[in-house]
Amino acid sequence: MLKNKDRLLTLFLTFLKIGAFTFGGGYAMIPLIQKEVTENHKWLSDEDILNIVAIAESTPGPIAINSATFVGYMTCGVVGSVLATLGVVLPAFIFIALISLLLQNIMDIQAVQYAFMGIRAGVLALVIKALISMYKQCPKNLVAYIIAGLAFAVTLLTDISILYVIIACAVIGLVTSMVMKKKEAEAK
Amino acid sequence: MTEVSLLTLFFTFFKIGLFTFGGGYAMLPFIQQEVLHNSWIDEATFVNFVGISESSPGPFAINIATFIGMEKAGWLGAALSTLGVVLPSFLVILIVAQFYLKFKNSPLVAGVMSGLKPAAVGLIAAAVITMVQEVLFPAAFSWDVFLGAQIYVSLAIFALGLWLLLKLKKHPIFIICVSAVLGIAAGYIFGL
Repeated sequence: MLKNKDRLLTLFLTFLKIGAFTFGGGYAMIPLIQKEVTENHKWLSDEDILNIVAIAESTPGPIAINSATFVGYMTCGVVGSVLATLGVVLPAFIFIALISLLLQNIMDIQAVQYAFMGIRAGVLALVIKALISMYKQCPKNLVAYIIAGLAFAVTLLTDISILYVIIACAVIGLVTSMVMKKKEAEAK
Repeated sequence: MTEVSLLTLFFTFFKIGLFTFGGGYAMLPFIQQEVLHNSWIDEATFVNFVGISESSPGPFAINIATFIGMEKAGWLGAALSTLGVVLPSFLVILIVAQFYLKFKNSPLVAGVMSGLKPAAVGLIAAAVITMVQEVLFPAAFSWDVFLGAQIYVSLAIFALGLWLLLKLKKHPIFIICVSAVLGIAAGYIFGL
C-alpha cells in the first residue's frame, strides 16, 4: 500500500516536472514522457509508449493530456490518470494564470520583451518540426493530399467553422477507406 | 468586448477539446476562430496571448484556455476553460484504455484517422502561416518591416532553431533557452 502511495506521488511529480519543463506543445513532451516513464522509472515498455502515442493521436484533445491520462491509467489506474493529468496541467495553469494577472508589469520589462521575441522565433522552428512529423505520419496518397489541401485552404481563406472541416475530413477519410477496401475485396 | 459566462467558457473549450485531433497545434486555428468570431478579445490581444502562450511551459491548449478564461472571468473562468479543454481527452482516454488494442486495430478508427491525419496537417500548416505572420510582421504586413533589424533577428533565430532541432537533434527546451538569450542579446545590441 505504501509502495503504491509512493508510486502515485512519483507519478504526479514526474508529470508535474514534464508539464513544467516542456515549452511549445504536446509533441515536445513525448520524448520527455518516454524518457521518464520507460528509462528512469521503468513503469512501461517502449512498445507501450508507441501504443499510447498512437492512441493519443487518434483521440481528441492535446496529445500531452491524452498521453498523461493514458500513462497514469496504465501505471496506477483511474487515480493515476487523474494525478498524471493534474500534474501535467498544473504548471501551465498556474504559470499562465499568474502571467495573465501580471501581464502589464512583466511586459514592461525590456529584457522579458526581448526574450519573448527570441522565443517566438524559436517556437516557429518547433512548430515546423511538428508539422514535418505530422506530415511524415500522414498517409501519402491523392485522397490525403486533397484532404490536407482542403483543410488548409478552408481554414486560411474562409470563415467556415473548423468543426465542420474536421467532421467533413473524418467522413471523407472513412468513406474512401471503405470504398477502397470494397474494391480490394472485389479484386480478389 | 463581449461578456462571456462561465458556462459558455466551459462549453466552448469542451467543444474545442472534443473536436481537435492531432495535438495542441491543430487546436490553434479552432481557438482563434471561436474567440475572434465571438469577439471575446480583440486581435491584438489574441496575438499577444499566442506569443506568450508559445513561450510558456505546458501543453499549448491548456495555456490558451487558461489565458482566455482568466481574461474573461478571472480564476474561476481560467479553471473552467482548462477543465473544459481537458475533460474530453481525459474521459475518452479512460474509455478507450479499456479496449485500446481493439481500438488501435479497428478499421473504423483507421478510416476516420485516414481523414483526420491529413486534416491535422492542413490545419497546422494554416496555423504555421498565421504564426509566421505574427512573428515576422507583428503589426501587419508592410515593406517597412524589412528596413528594421527585428525581422532578420527573428529569421536568424528561427533558422538556427530549425538547424539545432533537425540536424543536431537538440531538445526543444535547449532551443527555447538559446532563442531567449539571443532575443535578449539582439534586442539590446540592435536597440529593438
